[in-house]
Amino acid sequence: MGKVIKVGMADLNVCVSPDSITTLGLGSCVGIAVRDPVTKIGGLAHIMLPDSTSIRINSNIPKFADTGIEELIKQVVARGANRGRLVAKIAGGAQMFAFQSTNDMVRVGERNVAATKKKLAELKIPIIAQDTGKNYGRTVIFYPETGDFVIRAVGKPESVI
Amino acid sequence: MSEITLEKMSNEYFDVLKELGNIGAGNATTALAQMMQCKVDMSVPQVRLLEFKEMGEMMGGEETIMAGIYLAIEGDITGSIMFLLEKQAARHLVNKLMGMQAEGEEFSEMEFSALKEVGNIITGAYLNSLSSLTNLVIYPSVPDLTVDMAGAILSVPAIQFGELGDKMLLIQTQFFDEMTLDGYFILVPDLDSYGKILSALGIG
Repeated sequence: MGKVIKVGMADLNVCVSPDSITTLGLGSCVGIAVRDPVTKIGGLAHIMLPDSTSIRINSNIPKFADTGIEELIKQVVARGANRGRLVAKIAGGAQMFAFQSTNDMVRVGERNVAATKKKLAELKIPIIAQDTGKNYGRTVIFYPETGDFVIRAVGKPESVI
Repeated sequence: MSEITLEKMSNEYFDVLKELGNIGAGNATTALAQMMQCKVDMSVPQVRLLEFKEMGEMMGGEETIMAGIYLAIEGDITGSIMFLLEKQAARHLVNKLMGMQAEGEEFSEMEFSALKEVGNIITGAYLNSLSSLTNLVIYPSVPDLTVDMAGAILSVPAIQFGELGDKMLLIQTQFFDEMTLDGYFILVPDLDSYGKILSALGIG
């Protein structure tokens, strides 16, 4: 049994088999797991906002989909993952509350997912599984050994994607 | 505008929030007592500026199940307000309000709307004190309620604070009737509403 690495909000980390990596209670944020299936080196990022370029105070790299994903890739590659073999799984991006508002922050979950997909496409990293949107929180655990991305939600059976 | 960061404004804004928290929570306590027809006390509210990572831990972990009531505010200022309550506390309030002894994991539709009403009254009391202190017109929207993991609920205001910096402000209040109920208020004014609140209070 490896250890479990914890990733907080606006945070990322690298994880090598047999360890696993988790982030708890994803709401509108998105969790992005990447993995090189050969070396079994992976990583997980927990991003909060779609775009660092639209915000003035943007020095916190893991907070944004664009800079966070870039940094995640950089770190897993530095650890020994092959850039060309990387695949991704994503989860989160829920809309936790349903009220109508003129404020587009309400739809930030959706925008986070869109920005995540855009960035991964730009980096040519295929998304092989996803569980995004809807209106509930998710805890995720990623196992670089198997590539399993375990998703837990309140009042729902655990799922593996 | 938009030179605002939470770190910079924290001192004066803190004092204001603390005062607002006191008065707002006081009003909320009175409203709760009336609604439940019993005596409710409260502690002095604590205003906290927390790193995103610290928030979940404060509420007993990101996976602690909480009830979160969230509504938009419009009028002279815009933004949103959230009130969070631990699930057991929410259960206790609902039981009391409806004169029941239910212990179920899930809330029924009727319990859910009772809880929404509790949240509505508590946040309404808070917003009323903000409005009367500042003389600003504030209209709350219809509230929405969710029962989920603390981390997931908190991601909503955290993301809004995330546009301003890497910390988030919340007000912790304890209510007591037969048990201690931990409640958390999170007020998130839109960027240009911070200035309006501060100048309405004469410290802008």
